[in-house]
Amino acid sequence: MTAATPDAGAGSARIGVVTFPGSLDDRDAARAVRLAGATPVALWHADDDLHGVDAVVLPGGFSYGDYLRAGAISRFAPVMDSLVDAAHGGLPVLGVCNGFQILCEAHLLPGAMIKNDHRAFVCREQQLIVENTDTAWTRQYTVGERITIPLKNQDGQFVADERTLDQLEAQGRVVFRYASWNPNGSRRDIAGITNEAGNVVGLMPHPEHAVEPGFGPDGPVGPRRGTDGLRFFTSVLGSLVR
Amino acid sequence: MGRVVVEVMPKPEILDPQGKAVASALPRLGFHGFTGVRQGKRFELEVDGEVTAEVLDAVRQAAQTLLSNPVIEDVVSVEVQDAGSVAQVQP
Repeated sequence: MTAATPDAGAGSARIGVVTFPGSLDDRDAARAVRLAGATPVALWHADDDLHGVDAVVLPGGFSYGDYLRAGAISRFAPVMDSLVDAAHGGLPVLGVCNGFQILCEAHLLPGAMIKNDHRAFVCREQQLIVENTDTAWTRQYTVGERITIPLKNQDGQFVADERTLDQLEAQGRVVFRYASWNPNGSRRDIAGITNEAGNVVGLMPHPEHAVEPGFGPDGPVGPRRGTDGLRFFTSVLGSLVR
Repeated sequence: MGRVVVEVMPKPEILDPQGKAVASALPRLGFHGFTGVRQGKRFELEVDGEVTAEVLDAVRQAAQTLLSNPVIEDVVSVEVQDAGSVAQVQP
């Protein structure tokens, strides 16, 4: 296992966290950024200025009440125009849960999320298998590693047509797969994917809820001690500090 | 006042959990014999004055970009409703 040690000098890295009306986990995401050793920068949905941040997190929640479709209205928020441009230019972007839904609606990632196949909200500590460690957000994991990250969603079933799924697999763009149980019916057990360049990553489970001993999932080291999510945030710092 | 009605349905190959939930509730209420239910969305877009060709174009565009997500949904109809008359046009 790679140690999740903040990079020296990473404190100067500024990571934006976007707040939409109905975002829930923006504070947790900002806290995760801080614990990783960087400076969180609050970004506002109605402001198209990214304020020169080095990376952006789209947090979980129910932006615009999930009206129409999860993430459908957020996609057209002013901040998203700038973010889509910046992402095409290589800016690291992480979308968690609702953030993943927004990235799909914005076509930065393929596919879409529909309601869980069992039709119930699910909240659990979910085991994932890491399959791609070449993305901006997963460099500090190892391929095949099992990590435990909280999962909580209603519309978490990842769907795409077979051609898109085959392409994702062939290009190694499945970053995380659900282990032991598929909690929402996602095609091919897919929990998270990346774009071709590897700078944009989206996943349904919440790494920002597993960054601090005492508040994370249960693990082999003890109850609530799981910090498997922290390396998302230290990974991106590693890819910024050259 | 003119009105355009847009109907959006989940693609046939996509599982429709909401429709499934409705389907399983029907027999509990004594409604038997329904072999499937699919649930979609109906939008009513209103404009001042007539529904012109430009308005229809705009509705069709909105239907493809915002009202539906082509990955999981189809726009199955775009209908103009004027006072008293209903004319169907291609989505």
